[in-house]
Amino acid sequence: MLTKKVKNRILFLFFVFLISVVAIFFILKSLNKNILYFSSPTEIKEREDIPFGKAMRVGGMVKKGSIIINQQEIQFIVTDFENEILISYSGTVPNLFAEEKGVVAEGSLSDKNFFIADRILAKHDENYMPPEIKEIIEKNAK
Amino acid sequence: MLSNIGIGFLILVLILSFLTIYNASLDLKISNQLIKKSIYKLSLFQTTFTILSFFTLIIGFINSDFSLINVYENSHTTKPFFYKIAGTWGNHEGSLLLWVNILVIFSYLFLVFNYNHDKKYRLYTLIFQNILILGFLFFLLLNSNPFNSIYPIPPEGLGLNPILQDPALAIHPPLLYVGFVGCSIYFSAAIASLLSGYGGKLFVQSIKSWVKISWCFQTLGIVVGSIWAYYELGWGGFWFWDPVENASLLPWFAITALMHSLIVLEKRNTLYAWVIILCLLTFILSVTGTFLVRSGILNSVHTFASDPSRGIYILLFLSFMIFLALTVFFKKYKKENYNFNLKSKETFILANNWFMAFFLITVLIGMLYPIFLDVLINVKISVGPPFYNIVIIPLVIPFMILMAIGPKFGWIKSKNKIFLKVLFFILGAGVINLSIFYFFGRYSLLSNLIFIAAVFLILHSLLDFKNFIINKNKLELPRIISHLGFGLLVFFIGINHQFSLEEDFNLKVGEVKKTNTYEINFENINIKDGKNYKAIIGNFKLTNLKNNLFQYLSPEIRIYPNPETLTYEAAIKTKISSDLYLTMSNVSRSEYYNIKFQKKPFMIWIWISALIIALGGFVQLTLKKNEN
Repeated sequence: MLTKKVKNRILFLFFVFLISVVAIFFILKSLNKNILYFSSPTEIKEREDIPFGKAMRVGGMVKKGSIIINQQEIQFIVTDFENEILISYSGTVPNLFAEEKGVVAEGSLSDKNFFIADRILAKHDENYMPPEIKEIIEKNAK
Repeated sequence: MLSNIGIGFLILVLILSFLTIYNASLDLKISNQLIKKSIYKLSLFQTTFTILSFFTLIIGFINSDFSLINVYENSHTTKPFFYKIAGTWGNHEGSLLLWVNILVIFSYLFLVFNYNHDKKYRLYTLIFQNILILGFLFFLLLNSNPFNSIYPIPPEGLGLNPILQDPALAIHPPLLYVGFVGCSIYFSAAIASLLSGYGGKLFVQSIKSWVKISWCFQTLGIVVGSIWAYYELGWGGFWFWDPVENASLLPWFAITALMHSLIVLEKRNTLYAWVIILCLLTFILSVTGTFLVRSGILNSVHTFASDPSRGIYILLFLSFMIFLALTVFFKKYKKENYNFNLKSKETFILANNWFMAFFLITVLIGMLYPIFLDVLINVKISVGPPFYNIVIIPLVIPFMILMAIGPKFGWIKSKNKIFLKVLFFILGAGVINLSIFYFFGRYSLLSNLIFIAAVFLILHSLLDFKNFIINKNKLELPRIISHLGFGLLVFFIGINHQFSLEEDFNLKVGEVKKTNTYEINFENINIKDGKNYKAIIGNFKLTNLKNNLFQYLSPEIRIYPNPETLTYEAAIKTKISSDLYLTMSNVSRSEYYNIKFQKKPFMIWIWISALIIALGGFVQLTLKKNEN
């Protein structure tokens, strides 16, 4: 027979286990819902299953001479030197946002050529290039 | 010249470190309770030379001695004096020297202040602390030497990133470093405790103050960083779940858990193994955070040093530390008996630890998951703030309720009487919540629960405070202050989050923008010369449409010349009830200025509450002295 003490301990461990499983499940589930995928303009063009209206990130270089500003929004073209995409954004841009500089925009696709951004990412360093963009540029430069 | 002096000091420190380890291990074999005088002296010399090396670097920065690569890369002759000094730790190499300084200074202070503790335990602590010192010193000398020289000597430096030229960011790194590196001493002490068998109450008393000091400084450091992000980064938020912020939060969770379970170990002499694990974990997480940030593995706004070779060294040293700690732990681990009654203080303190562990795991998963995916299947993702909000916020509710009730329970076993009072307070909190609901407008169920829980905690803490005034039980005071601070923090963040206004638009000079509650008039711009920058200042007149009161705000665009960089300075009008926040930016010199306008209620109270949390820790430190 199990003594009361041992029974209590088994019960306790069981609960700990159960709570941990539930907690981890809960964490992973919300993690999956809140992941932002990063794509380049080429990936957006080529991928068939790209979701519209879902939060994601796009990155590349701001095309020279493409920035247009009016009272409501800023529009600019992001290019990875193969394909490009038009981005519309209303909000403050970070201080390192400029033509021919790397940029990462967060928002959602409205169609394959048009992206609505909620946020343009800021970086501290003027020489900094987001690793994703560096990779794209290195790949396309070959 | 300075280069040689600096390196000379560092090598002296290195030699002294070896000598200390050697002498301490000799002294271990002598079975008396007195540590040899020579060991004290070695440690004192070591501290002196480390501090001198740091001052050498500061002198290099003050004199703009560009023969040092580090000064050349991070300073400039026109930089204001204050930021020349702050530049010393505003870069990777200099901050690592600060890191070594804190390791050494804490090592000496721990040796001196714990004179009434077991000799073996103190010696082992000294030895392990010196192993850590050696590890980081080698890293400093071989990979990131701040005293590397350059020839020919350049006439002018490259300048410090303007965004770092800010009073809050000048004190932010030293605060965080005392907090994070301060953990090293009880990492060493934990291993020493296992090896010398010096556990229980006495062990707690020897590390207690050090845990509190590092906790206070970590808390302060995080708050200051957050304040800086609020006014400098220009998006008006203060917490972003950025990987770097997360990296600073991980050790904070561990150390907060440690602080609580230390009480159990001291009073009830149980949970020893868990306390040891937390001691080890806190420092390991601090170093992991540094590793992830400095190696550039995490994609974050802090990019001031991303060099993979740094990462590899820190990773190797980190693995060595973990391996060492685990080996000692499993070799010396003794089985303990846990006998906890459900209705006792120790159960509630354990509950705190469970919550802390949960928060820690959540943040860790959110931080590391993108790295794993990138390595395993080469998919680039990032985890957005909603993830943390969804997982963490609901759990803050029971957490706060337990935080309020827990301290009411006595050790070992308590009566049921408490529950009536609790019910009364929940009702009170509910009423206050309804009145907020009524005056401010509607919000979600989750927010309702958050407000109720927060007010519940605040009321409880206030009641405790009243009791404190009556019975003057000083030991309770720090806990009351910090718990009150936490309740207020959640409460004000909740209100702030719920009732903030935000508008983004583009304006030309002279134009007017009308929102629902404010009229924003962009009157003119003028240009001003600052100390080492040029500023374009926009003058805005904001009229509150409800009561026709108006205010002037002047955000700036600053142009720093070396190297040419723009920063946007927000104009913030802080009042007791709310902050008005306006930033202005300009894209490719078009005539449109990009304006962000925000009204954030109770902003200043968020900072005050966070500082109250830290205050609790400082009050406890002063109590410690009086007791002795």
